[in-house]
Amino acid sequence: MKTIEEIEKIRSEKRQELDLRVNVNSSSIERHILVCHGTGCTSSKSPKIIENLRRIIEERNIPNIRVIQTGCFGLCAKGPIVIIRPEETFYAHVKPEDCEDIINSMCDGTRVERLLCKDIDGTIVQKLDELSFYKKQKRIALKNCGIIDPENIDEYIAFDGYKALEKVLTSMSPDDVINVISASGLRGRGGAGFPTGKKWTFCKNEVADQKYIVCNADEGDPGAFMDRSILEGDPHSVLEAMSIAGYAIGANQGYIYVRAEYPIAVQRLKIAIKQAREYGLLGDNIFGTGHKFDIEIRLGAGAFVCGEETALLESVEGKRGQPRLKPPYPASKGLFGKPTVINNVETLANITKIILNGAEWYSSIGTETSKGTKVFALGGNVNNVGLVEVPMGTTLREIVFDIGGGIPNGREFKAAQTGGPSGGCIPAEHLDTPIDYESLAAIGSMMGSGGLIVMDDTKCMVNLAKFYLEFTVKESCGKCTPCRIGTKRMLEILEKLCNGKGTEYDIYKLEKLAINIKKASVCGLGQSAPNPVLSTLNYFREEYLKHAVDKVCDTHECKAITKITIDEEKCRSCGLCQKACPVSAIEGEARDKRKINQDKCIKCGTCIATCPFKAIG
Amino acid sequence: MEENLITLTIDGIEVKAPKGTTVLEAARKVGIDIPTLCFLKEINEVGDCRICIVEIEGRRGFATSCVQTIEEGMVVHTNTKEVQDARRTVLDLILSNHVKECLTCSRSGNCELQNLCEKFNIQTIEYEGEMTKHEIDDKSPSIVRDFNKCILCRRCVSTCKKVQEIGAIDCTGRGFESCVSTTYDNSLNEVDCTFCGQCIESCPTGALHEKENINDVILKLKDPDVYTVVQTAPAVRVALGEEFGFPIGTNVKGKMVTSLRRLGFDKVFDTNTGADFTIMEEANEFVERFTKNECLPMITSCSPGWVRFAEKNYGDLLNHLSSCKSPHQMFGAVIKSYFAEKYGIDKNKICVVSIMPCVAKKYEATRPEMEVDGVRDVDYVLTTRELARLIKQENIDFNTLEDSNFDDPMGEASGAGAIFGTTGGVMEAAIRTAVDTLENKSIDRLEYHEVRGEKGIKETSLNINGTEIRIAVASGLANARKLMDQIRRGESPYHFIEIMACPGGCVTGGGQPIKSSKIRAEVDVRKLRADALYDIDEKSTVRKSHENPAIKEIYGSYLQKPGSELAEKLLHTHYTPKEKYEI
Repeated sequence: MKTIEEIEKIRSEKRQELDLRVNVNSSSIERHILVCHGTGCTSSKSPKIIENLRRIIEERNIPNIRVIQTGCFGLCAKGPIVIIRPEETFYAHVKPEDCEDIINSMCDGTRVERLLCKDIDGTIVQKLDELSFYKKQKRIALKNCGIIDPENIDEYIAFDGYKALEKVLTSMSPDDVINVISASGLRGRGGAGFPTGKKWTFCKNEVADQKYIVCNADEGDPGAFMDRSILEGDPHSVLEAMSIAGYAIGANQGYIYVRAEYPIAVQRLKIAIKQAREYGLLGDNIFGTGHKFDIEIRLGAGAFVCGEETALLESVEGKRGQPRLKPPYPASKGLFGKPTVINNVETLANITKIILNGAEWYSSIGTETSKGTKVFALGGNVNNVGLVEVPMGTTLREIVFDIGGGIPNGREFKAAQTGGPSGGCIPAEHLDTPIDYESLAAIGSMMGSGGLIVMDDTKCMVNLAKFYLEFTVKESCGKCTPCRIGTKRMLEILEKLCNGKGTEYDIYKLEKLAINIKKASVCGLGQSAPNPVLSTLNYFREEYLKHAVDKVCDTHECKAITKITIDEEKCRSCGLCQKACPVSAIEGEARDKRKINQDKCIKCGTCIATCPFKAIG
Repeated sequence: MEENLITLTIDGIEVKAPKGTTVLEAARKVGIDIPTLCFLKEINEVGDCRICIVEIEGRRGFATSCVQTIEEGMVVHTNTKEVQDARRTVLDLILSNHVKECLTCSRSGNCELQNLCEKFNIQTIEYEGEMTKHEIDDKSPSIVRDFNKCILCRRCVSTCKKVQEIGAIDCTGRGFESCVSTTYDNSLNEVDCTFCGQCIESCPTGALHEKENINDVILKLKDPDVYTVVQTAPAVRVALGEEFGFPIGTNVKGKMVTSLRRLGFDKVFDTNTGADFTIMEEANEFVERFTKNECLPMITSCSPGWVRFAEKNYGDLLNHLSSCKSPHQMFGAVIKSYFAEKYGIDKNKICVVSIMPCVAKKYEATRPEMEVDGVRDVDYVLTTRELARLIKQENIDFNTLEDSNFDDPMGEASGAGAIFGTTGGVMEAAIRTAVDTLENKSIDRLEYHEVRGEKGIKETSLNINGTEIRIAVASGLANARKLMDQIRRGESPYHFIEIMACPGGCVTGGGQPIKSSKIRAEVDVRKLRADALYDIDEKSTVRKSHENPAIKEIYGSYLQKPGSELAEKLLHTHYTPKEKYEI
């Protein structure tokens, strides 16, 4: 149990020691090798890198070089990433066998040139802040990710950790706290964008003997890993925010509902909770102020629907994860029937910063209706796959092209999918839309939790809709009819279309079904499940019609209706395609223009890739 | 009063209703019939099926009218094109995954899904596709589950879980693969199901029904070598008429007896007489236990669902149960002994068929204990519903039949026997006899209103010769559990407890005519049927079991006295603790 003074002492001492982490001109004699220990880099052997580096340092007894495991740096495409501070040397695609060279170069005062990262334009990046990936980003929720060791509470404390809680408990009333959060304009980052201050106010106004704070860490969108990265890189920021929320609404117990598929995040949370309890930052009489707050972890089994707040509550209570009817809303009747605030991880990760920097600071960032920043998991056909945090109002074009580095392989941008299986597809014509909750909804998509998947012109939109429906069909809880049977029927129609068995009337049926499922379903899952269909129908109707009427999929993704042909005009009779074809479907001899025997062709696309004259398609 | 009412507008009509009223109820008040499917008042208010959706101005998405409570100034539209389209789509989707075997379904004509199709003028089904396929579970002697007809409304689940607090069935699987199932997907036979059959009563379609024995009975009826005897439980006569268009609670005893005779039964007896036997034995058993202060409280054992529940959950307290067989089992044993001997009929050639308001009775009749010297007490049990089907199948025009009476010598029962069919009835009947026995004279008081009515647990006490007898009556297994837990904790203040598995008792048993959700919301079916039984009792000349002349005769000439060696052999049984899951 530590007093305010003791925590302050740790903070100032540790902050001094860790100055090199954030100050490129630090005079520190120490140098820290930061190695990403997030899920992505871990799966490409970053733990081995850490082990090797530490072993070498120990064997050679090198002073003043420390190896630190951190959370995600964001640029996952370049992982495993190693950053050396204070000089900010950024090494990409590091392998365990590179460790010797890294240490040697540090001793020599040089850099390992071959490990330096190349930017999109091909320039070699000497320092992290030269990377175009980071230039338009603003890190608030991810502030500590990649800077601190998430398993060391002192490092968190060093960077203003638990200062917001101290401020709240010693100088603010619960109403003050809620007023600040309300004034900041913070909205729920889980997807729906409900004003956080309002949610807290509703819950505070409820009279009850017990209230709860629940952190929704059941990130379920395919390809999304914002929350996971925050929990892996900066778990205390979530714990601290939950305690602040508890103080604001009058709750003394919190639950974190996190999926069991996030073992690193779960482990870091466990460590963080243990350390916070040891310091008296969780438990009774925090900072001697009488504030009591503790947190328990509840593991989810990975059902998508359990990200829906009421289904999540059911699951925490040990019941089948399926949504409750609203009203009553959780703020009045939530966990175990008690008033409950449920906030998403990223929402919570903003709280301490708002408390410390003020509502005005926060609300100066973003757009009229959406304040602050948003973290996106950028994936798909984009060069810089990774985690990005940008101010609200940043355009899709900036994210995809400036930060994301554009589309690989010289292909064209076709669409971006936001909001996962609940979101929609945004075509090129809307690339310049400033992203916020309202603008995304207006163009038929949604913010969602922050999945952002970029698709190039090789992607079939009907097939894409089918992919998302496959997901929803699997993840529907089965409670209400429209979602349980309706999504299945939508999928069946999409399968028909992709197999060339669909008709124009099927498109009509599909659309009608989508509209009615949206209106009639119980929860957010069902109400948004038709979005991928509706948005692609809206922007790519021609493609649907081609599947239904012409029985053709131009992208060749729908094999059943793909017909690969050779353009006689372009064919130079080189015969390369013929050699490459794995099923000998290409006919013609010597100087003949080659022809594809459609009966034999398996539509693998090998010939298309082989043809030097782009004659096949 | 006026100021407590909330005013809202539904389809342009101003409606005033008390706080807490749902939009559905408010709409029905003014003649707007919003369709429902999963809704079952106070039991399943979950809003799953989405058929009852309505538009409320200012709300995002549609509201679920069955659970949405009204608010001041609310403007509701129940019939817009959008609402109708969405409802129609929902119904289309349900039909796309429903085995449409209406022609061969026992619920045809009384199916809420079929009725909706008529209401929606369904002539084609817009969507079709893969259908979930499930094996039919017909391993239990009582209940058949055909999940292919299930529409996942979960009325059965809520009934089992919330009303009976058993939870033998629940939803498993996810999404399209969701289904209502049991522990490890076992047969109802092998899990904690008590066969009360309340799930059948709540099912809107044919996904749950009794294990039919109609054909077995027809074979016996058509066999000249078999002497068929039928007996009908008290609650059947006040419900059977409903299957032929009579109002709920009509006593059709006369037509029922005539129809049974037309069906070819050689004798038509009244289980009410069986009930009189039960009272003779049970009252005697109680007086004995009470005087010796042994195994109190004593608990009735007429309800086989309750007995199975006790065996599965309270194996340690089975000595509290009366050792009496239930009335139809007693009567079966008497028919195959006393009656067979008296009329010189080979007991092995007698087939006893019981018409019961119950599906657990089918199980009870198969219990190994229910036989005397290798001869089964009862051969077949048909539910009230099955009897109606049998009558229709055999081309009997029920509605035009003349009335007739049960056969002698056991045709005339007491009023006490009649009220066996409702919660509190067994207790009231037993009190009438026990009090006379304890006081050793005929007491004038006949009616004990404290044990009548709809309450789940009713209690009262009697003062007999200065001694207090404390009594409780429970119906519904959730209530039974409360009383049993009290006994287990050693805190039960009672001497005598009546328990019936079904809420309301046999009148609303699992074998009775099935009433739609709408009727159940609007009419107290239990009360109407129970009132008819109390009416029979009131009009009976003999209202105490021990004063029934037939009973007197049989005890005088055959059984000697209650609890005699022969009575023990024929009329009593025993219980065995059972595993909850027989896997």
